[in-house]
Amino acid sequence: MAPVVHLEGVVAVMGGFPVLAGADLHVERGEILLLRGPNGAGKTSLLRLCAGLLPVERGIAQVLGCDIAADRTAVRNRVGLLGHSNGLYADLSVSDNVAFWGATVGASGDDVAASLERMGLSGRLAKVPISRLSAGQRRRTALACLVARRAELWLLDEPHAGLDAAGRDDLDATLRDASAAGATVMVASHELERAGALASRVVEVVGGQVRG
Amino acid sequence: MTSAVPPTTSTDTASPSGTPGAVRRPTGTRFTRVLGVATLVGMIWLVVFGLFLSPNDATQKAGVRILYIHVPSAWLAYLAFGVTGLSSLAYMIKRTRSLTWDRIAGASAEVGVLFMGITLVSGSLWGRISWGIFWTWDSRLTTTAFLFVTYIGYLAVRNLGGTHQQRAKRSAIIALLAVLEVPLVHFSVKWWRPLHQNESVAEGKLSGLMLFSLFVGIIAFTLLYVWLVLHRQRVLAMEDALDDQGLDVALAERRAEGAQV
Amino acid sequence: MSTWRIARLIAAKDLRIELRSRVVTNQVLPFAALVMVMFAFALDNDNVLTRVAPGLVWLATLFSMLVLVQRAFAVENADGALDALQVAGVRPGGIFLGKALALGAQLAVLEIVLLLMAVVLYQAQVAASGAILLIITFVAATTGLAFVGTLYGGLAAGAKGRETLLPLLMLPVVAPVLIGATRATEAAFGTNGATSSEGWPWIGLLTLFAVLFGVGGTLAFGSLIDE
Repeated sequence: MAPVVHLEGVVAVMGGFPVLAGADLHVERGEILLLRGPNGAGKTSLLRLCAGLLPVERGIAQVLGCDIAADRTAVRNRVGLLGHSNGLYADLSVSDNVAFWGATVGASGDDVAASLERMGLSGRLAKVPISRLSAGQRRRTALACLVARRAELWLLDEPHAGLDAAGRDDLDATLRDASAAGATVMVASHELERAGALASRVVEVVGGQVRG
Repeated sequence: MTSAVPPTTSTDTASPSGTPGAVRRPTGTRFTRVLGVATLVGMIWLVVFGLFLSPNDATQKAGVRILYIHVPSAWLAYLAFGVTGLSSLAYMIKRTRSLTWDRIAGASAEVGVLFMGITLVSGSLWGRISWGIFWTWDSRLTTTAFLFVTYIGYLAVRNLGGTHQQRAKRSAIIALLAVLEVPLVHFSVKWWRPLHQNESVAEGKLSGLMLFSLFVGIIAFTLLYVWLVLHRQRVLAMEDALDDQGLDVALAERRAEGAQV
Repeated sequence: MSTWRIARLIAAKDLRIELRSRVVTNQVLPFAALVMVMFAFALDNDNVLTRVAPGLVWLATLFSMLVLVQRAFAVENADGALDALQVAGVRPGGIFLGKALALGAQLAVLEIVLLLMAVVLYQAQVAASGAILLIITFVAATTGLAFVGTLYGGLAAGAKGRETLLPLLMLPVVAPVLIGATRATEAAFGTNGATSSEGWPWIGLLTLFAVLFGVGGTLAFGSLIDE
C-alpha cells in the first residue's frame, strides 16, 4: 500500500534559514507517529510541510499520493493540521466556529454536534465566544474543528499543551479512534510518556533532519 | 549570455554558473561592451544635436531642448513598464516559467522608476519654462506619476522576502494587476481633464532638425535602457546565486548542529 | 463545494463576526464621521464644501476602507485562520468572493452614513432625477472597491510588518474609482451644473473596473495568500 507520507532529502527554507535540512520520513497508513526533538529542531516545519503550507525547496515529498514539491495545494482538504495557533475566530462562539469549519468540508449539523459532544463542549459552553474561553478550552474547540473535518492525515503540533488531565485523556481517545477509523496521525509532542504510550512509532527530529 | 572571461585572482564572490566561488565574474560580455559603446556614441550624438546643432524653437527658445530628454525618458518609462508586464506574464505561464524572467521584470522596473522620475522632473521644468507652471493634470503626466508610485509599490513588494519563487510569483501578479490598472487610470484622467490646447499645439510644431534630435534621443535612451537592464539583470542573478550558496552553507551548519546531539 | 457556496459561507462568517464584535459600527463609522468633520475644519468655506461634497464622501470612504480591509484580515490572521482555510482546501477564489462580499456590505453601510452626513454637514442636495444614477454609482463603485480591497488586503496580510504596504499599493489602484465615482456623484447631485447624462460614461468605467478586478482577483487571490 502506498505510504501516506514519503519524504526524501527534503529541504525547506524560512527567511533564508533551512528549517528542514534534508529530512527523510516514511509513514504508513494507520500509524500514530510521535515526533520528538529539541525546540527549533524542525518538528513544526515538518508538520506544516506535510500540510502543504511550507514550500519544498529541495528533495522528494509525497503526501497521500500527491507530489507536494510540485503542487502544494493538491493535498489540502485531505489533511488536518492543529498547529500552535488554533485557527479560531475570536468573536464567534464555540458552536459557530465548529459549524463553520465543519461546513467547509460539507459536514452536517449532526457531525458538528457529535464533534462538540466528543470534546466536552456541548451545552452552555457552546454559546460562549472564543475570546472568553481559557486556553485549554480553545484548544478543545480547535480539536473539535479538526474532528469535524474527518481528515485522512492528522498533523498535531504539541496538542496536549494547555489541556487539563481530562482534556488530555479525551485527546488520546480521539486520536486512537481516528487511527482505528483509518486515519494516519503524526504528533509532535514533549509529553513523552503519554504520547509514547499512544504512538505506534517514535522518531527523533534534530537539526532539520529525521532519525529513527 | 556567458562568455569565457579569464578568471582573475580568487575572491569569495559567487559566479552565476554556481561553481563555489573562486572566480570574480563581472557582468560584462562582448555583446554588452559593443552595446555600451553604441550607447555612448548615441548619447554624444544626442548632446551634439540636442544642445548645439538643433535650432531654438520660435516660441520656447532654448527651453524646447528639455524635450529631447523628456520625451525619450517618457518613452522609456512606458517601455520599461511594458517589459516588466511581459516578463511577468512569461513567468506566470508554466511553459516559459524561469527566474530569468522575474529578474528581467525587476531590473526593468528599477530602470523604469529612474526614467519615470526623470520624465516627471524634466516635464515639470519644461512646463515651468514654457507656461510658467510646474504641474498640470493632463492624462500623460498624471498617468506617469501614477506609474511611478505603482512601481515604487512593486519594488517594495519585491523586497518582501521569502524564496525566489515566492518573490517571483507575488511580484508577477502585482505587475500584471498594474498592467490592468494603468490604462484605467489613463482613461479616467483623460476624461476628467482633456488635454490642454496649448500643449498639443506646442508639440506639433517640432519639425526638421528638432524632430531628428528627438529621434536620436529616443534611440540613444533605448540603447541605454537595454544596456542597464542587461547588467542589472545579471547582478540580480548573481545575488540570487549568492543566496543559494548561502543556503548551502546554512544547510551544512544545520546538519552539523544535528550531528552534535 | 461550489465557489459560490464557499463565498456565501465566508461572507456570512465575516458579517456574523462584525455583528458580534461591532468594530465597524463602534470604531470605523465614527472615524469616517470624524474625517468628514475634519474636512470642514480644513476647507472652511460653505460654498466650497457644498461643491466638493461628492469628492469628500468618496475620500472619506477610501480612508475608512483602509481600516476596514485591515480589520477583515486581522480577523483571519489573529489565530492562523487563513492558514487553516488553506489547509482545509477551501478554494481561494471562494474566499476572495466571500470576503469581498462582506467588505462590500460594510462599505455600503459606510457610504450611506457618509452620504447622509454630506447632506447634513455640507448642505449637499440630491436632485430627484439623479437618484437612480446615484444608486447605480454607489453599487458599481462599491463593488470595485470591495474587490481591490480584498485582493491587496490579502497580500498585505501575509506577514507581520506588511500592513503598512496596504495604502501604498491600494490607493493608486483605486484612483479611477475615486475619479469616476466623484464625477458620477456630482452629476447625480447636479453640482457645478453637471447633468445626470454626464454621469453615465463614468458608470461604464466603474463597471469595467469592477469586472476586471473581480475576475483578476478571483484568479490571483490564491497565489497571493499562498506563502
